[in-house]
Order: sequence, then C-alpha cells, then structure tokens
Amino acid sequence: MAAAATETATRSVITLKGSVEIVTEFFGFAINSILFQRGIYPPETFDKVAKYGLPMLVSTDEGLKSYLSHVLTQISGWLLEGKVQKLVVVITGADSGETLERWVFNISPDKAAVTGGKSSDKPLKEIQQEIAGIIRQITASVSFLPLLSEPCAFDLLVYTDPDAVVPRAWEDSDPRYIKDGEDMQLRSFTTRVHKVSAAVSYRRGDDEDI
Amino acid sequence: MFTQKDRVEFDEVMDCNRPIESAVMPRWKRKALARASAAASTPGKSVVPPVCASAPVTDGTPTACRMVPSRSGMDVEVGHFALTSSGAASAAGADAETQTYRAALAANLLGGGSIEASESAAGAAAATEGACGSPEARVLAYKGKAPAAHASSLGGARVLYSQNKGTRAVHAKHTRHIPSAPEHCLDAPDLVDDYYLNLLDWSCSNVVAVALGPSVYLWNAATGSTEVMCELEGEGDYVTSVSWIKEGGGYLAVGTASADVQLWDVEKSKQVRSMAGHTARVGALDWNAHTLSSGSRDSTIMNHDVRVRDHLTATLRGHEQEVCGLKWSPDGSMLASGGNDNMLCIWDAGASGAPATASSGGMRGDVTPKFVIREHTAAVKALAWCPWNRTTLASGGGSSDRCIKTWNASTGSMLHSVDTGSQVCSLLFNSNHRELISTHGFSRNEINVWRYPTFTKVRELTGHTGRVLHMAAGPDGSSVVTAGADETLRFWNLLGEPRQQAAKDMDAARTLGRTRLVSSRSIR
Repeated sequence: MAAAATETATRSVITLKGSVEIVTEFFGFAINSILFQRGIYPPETFDKVAKYGLPMLVSTDEGLKSYLSHVLTQISGWLLEGKVQKLVVVITGADSGETLERWVFNISPDKAAVTGGKSSDKPLKEIQQEIAGIIRQITASVSFLPLLSEPCAFDLLVYTDPDAVVPRAWEDSDPRYIKDGEDMQLRSFTTRVHKVSAAVSYRRGDDEDI
Repeated sequence: MFTQKDRVEFDEVMDCNRPIESAVMPRWKRKALARASAAASTPGKSVVPPVCASAPVTDGTPTACRMVPSRSGMDVEVGHFALTSSGAASAAGADAETQTYRAALAANLLGGGSIEASESAAGAAAATEGACGSPEARVLAYKGKAPAAHASSLGGARVLYSQNKGTRAVHAKHTRHIPSAPEHCLDAPDLVDDYYLNLLDWSCSNVVAVALGPSVYLWNAATGSTEVMCELEGEGDYVTSVSWIKEGGGYLAVGTASADVQLWDVEKSKQVRSMAGHTARVGALDWNAHTLSSGSRDSTIMNHDVRVRDHLTATLRGHEQEVCGLKWSPDGSMLASGGNDNMLCIWDAGASGAPATASSGGMRGDVTPKFVIREHTAAVKALAWCPWNRTTLASGGGSSDRCIKTWNASTGSMLHSVDTGSQVCSLLFNSNHRELISTHGFSRNEINVWRYPTFTKVRELTGHTGRVLHMAAGPDGSSVVTAGADETLRFWNLLGEPRQQAAKDMDAARTLGRTRLVSSRSIR
C-alpha cells in the first residue's frame, strides 16, 4: 500500500511541454559540450555545472549565451508545434568556411503526443541516464575525431517542416554537407514524446605525415 | 505589334500583386520536384520538353537571344504549372537524359555537396540523417550568428598535438659549419624548472653565473673553476634571476623569491646592497649602465639606480601578470618587457633619450608603456634586441603561442612572425652571421639557428633532454651557453668566428649607447 503510494508520487507524467523542456535543455548542454570539447571557444570561458550526474561545461561568454538562448527559445517554440525535424551543429573553419564537422540531432516526435496531448510516464531518471550517455559520447568523441587544426566557428541549422512559421530573424540556409565525410552514429534518448538521436559526420583527416 | 494574347501576358507579368512564380523556388520545392521526377521513371510516355526549355515559339521564328529571357515569349502559367505540379511533370516523363542534365546542372550550381548529389549518394547521408524526418524540410539558420571565438584561443588539444608539426620552416643550405655537439657539458643540479625565471648569465669578464635552487654558482670559463657565490638563508627561498652588469663584470644582480633584489660584488663575494620594493618574486633583471630594471610577479617593473641611496627611480606599470622577460636595447634607449599576460611592452627610456647622461636612465616616477603589443597568445619570456638594427626586437611566445615575432620598436609594427612548433624559451641574435638563435621546449628541446630576416632554418641542434630554458652568449663572440630543465649546462660554439669588423662595430655600438660621443660610421 505504502509502496504503491510512493510509486505514484515519484512517477511523474511528462507532457508535451515537459518533453520540449527536457529536449531543449539537452540541446543547450550538448551544444555547450561540443563547443568545449572541440575547442571552438577557449576553455577558460567555460564554467562547470553539475547536470545529468555529470560535470557539464557551460560557456560564460555573454554573446554566445544570448545567441544560444535566442535559438533555443525558437526551437522550443517549433518543438511545441511539432515542426522540428533535426538540429544540426555545423563546425566550419573560421577562415576557409569549409564544413569540418556536422553534429546532427534527429528529432522524431510522437505524433499522438503532439496533436492529441498524450503524455508519457517514463521516469525522469531514466531519461537523464540516456542523455548522460550521449553527453559522454560527445566527450569521448575527441579521441576519434580529427584534430581541428585551424580556428573554427560554428552555426546551428534547424530542419523544420515546410509549413513552419519562420520569424524574420531566420533565413534559409545551405545544409552544409561534408564532402566525403565519415559518419558516426551516437546514442539516442527518448522521452516517449520526442525521440532524439545523435550522429556526427566529419571530414576525413588529411593523412599527413607524423 | 502586340497581339491580344501578348498584352494579357504582359499584364500578367507586370502585375505585382500576383505571387512571383518564376522566381527561384525554395529549396524544398526543388527538392520535391527532383524527388518526384526521380520516382516517376516512365520513359517514353510523351515528349513534353523539359521545364527549362518550355518557351513556346508562337510565331515560328525565334524572337530573342537564347541567353536573354524574353518575358513576352514565355508562357508563365504553363511554366508555373510545370514547376509546381510534380505529378504532371513526372507524367511528362523527364527522360534519363534530362535527369542527368538536371543533376549535373544542380551539381554545378550548388557546389559539390548539392542536395540531389548527396541525396542520391544516399549511402553516406542516409546513415546519419536519412533515417529520420520527413523528406521535405526547410533548413533554417538564425541570422544573428554566434560571436567568433577570441582569435588567440588555440585549443588545448590543438596545442598539444600540433607541437613541432606546424614548422614549415624552409631549411637553408649549410653555408658554415656549426658543431652539432656541445663543446662541454656541466651538471646543474637543482636548476629550477620554471619558465618564468632567468637563471643564467655570462659576464664580459668570462664568468658564467647560474642559480641552482637557493645558491648562485659562478663558473669561470677561462680557468674552469667553480665557486659558490651566495646561498639564500630563508626557508624555501630560492634565486629567481641573475644578471651581470654590462660594464666590467664585477657586479651581479640577484633576484629572489622573497621579492628582494640584491647586488653582489663578485670579487669580494660580498653583498653590496639590497633593494626592496617588490611584493612578489623577481623573475627578470636587466641592466642599462647603472640602472637595474627588475620585473616581478607583482606585475610591475622597477628601475633602480644602484649608486644612490633612494635607489627606486621609476615604477613601470603596464603588465597585468608576472613579468618574465626584460631586455634593454643595446643603445639603452628602449626597454622591452614580456609578461605572463601575453603582453609585450616597449618602454621609452625617457623624453630626453639620453639615458647615459641623465642620472636615472631617463624614466622617473610612474611610467606607462610606449607600446603594448598583444599579438602573442602565451607568456612572452624570450626577448632579444637586434645588435645591428637598433629598433628591431624579437620576441617568442610560450607553449600555446610558439611564435617568434620581430617588431619595429619605434613604430610598434610587426615585421615577421614564424610558428616554430614549440615553446620559445630564449632568443639571441648572432651578429657574426646575421642569425637568430632560439631555444625551445617540448617536444624536441632543440636549439634552432635561423637566418635573419628570411627565417630560413640554418641548423637545429638537439642534445638537451629537457626544455632549454636559458641561453647566454659569451664575451668571445662565438660561444653560447644553454641551461636546460635536464639540469645541465651545455656550451655550444655556434655563433661562428667573430668578424673583426663586426666585433668592432658591436663595441662601437656599445660605446655609442653609453657615451653618445662617437658615431659608429666614423669607426668604419
């Protein structure tokens, strides 16, 4: 009896809104992790924050923070409407403009949840563990990704449904594929409302002499 | 003249309220079109010409140049229909030839990574992306881009894994013999392995002073005899810098971790005076006649006139962190300083510009730098003034910078920059052969000889098994001593035979700097 009571108490229900929040927050941390691990911004501009049972590094750069919050707010709006298909973090050479890495987060919303208000009863803890798995993989990716030997910049691309309402501050973009890239599938997590799977494609390293 | 049909068409074209159908389609539309036409491969059904060539010739004669679209001749509505109704387009049966044409056109227009190309190359793309998402999507990017990273950031991994790799230095032909092994090698136990200190100097009276932990040792290069000059008493105290006075070589300045600057009479092995003022360890010292400049971890540089009781003549504020490099120009008119804050400062000896005549070396009170240069991305320790061009200064950066840069000190502009591939610990100009010598840290701990100003590498000398922290030139004009973190002193004969004239010139430059009475040209 008592056990059943606690069971219901701890088991929270995740609605569409809650799921969007989880996914958006995950994007924030994942993007920050990529920027830190790939050395796009100097390491001293990152602060350590405990999240998902891991030490996460979050940028303290004001310009970057406001950029990310703008983008993420818009993405969460689209997520609520179920219009986002994927989010892509593109890493380009700052001078050459060539795409060096593409981190793809595929989002597959559960149609019933988006339109019909179906909610999920997946424990938050389980979701966080799955997220931590992806973040760990991002961290570990440094070991196999080629060294970014030039200064780099990044951009965020959002794949939306054609009928999504696009604010003025957004524009159509080239998908910026990598020519002859290598691909690496990473893990995925699901809130049972959204399923997010991650992948990275990167330019094959020049087989230079050592 | 105009037919009725033409007029209607013209009105249609000119009507601004209608949606622009002939404009470039959004990517998703083109994509859909391409996909649909690819899907429907029903060849040979009909011969409706491809969309791009669907301008009907109304009166049988070509009315316009093929390259300039003639709006009046176009049937906009048909074009629009053909473009938008994918079903019809596919029914029209874009045959294999137009397919390839379109693919080639798209590849040309959209660059190598075109949609069609990469979609049809499905294998790669599908592995990561094709798996999910409906085929039609709009790719959007936020117009306001993320701020660019500060240019000086060189990621930690990039620094580590590109050590000694970026050196694309051109190797010059061997034009002279440089012995590849040191002439001799001395043990230097307890030499502090600290990049920010300056523990080695060679006097004009041929005595090498080296600080080993709390002691200063003197090694007489002529006789080979060694003596301990002093040993600091304080618990945990150690010597952080040594510097010989330029004239006579009888006095040695010693900086300590306890923020003291001491002056020693070497003949008598006696401390002459102690000059307080700093609040943290004194890592850099340099002389200009009777003025001793000291750079400290408290970020200030102080000028001491060692002859007078109130020794402190000027405080130079410009750095934000520890000062680790300090060099007076040969003529004593400028002082260069480098710090852990990645800054290189150039200071003027004073408005009068005659340090030898002024009692204090020109500077008085609180002084601000003439130039602050922030081009290096790591601590600037290695500094050297060019002996044959009084305004040229060379500086080298620490492990995340690795560059040797040369400057015009009178304008503050950069002359040259070369990435050496590893930490630059010290620099020295060789006036015998117009070369620049640099010593390095991880990973090869080498000594490089560069031709100046072309920066072609003449020679690379290895031998030290730890980073080569310090370097000093001997009074004979051909020998150099280096101190490495492997606790050895190595003597190299790498400057070559001093040319008589060059030696004279150097003497002349020195006397010129001090007295300003003779001009170097009259000597020649």
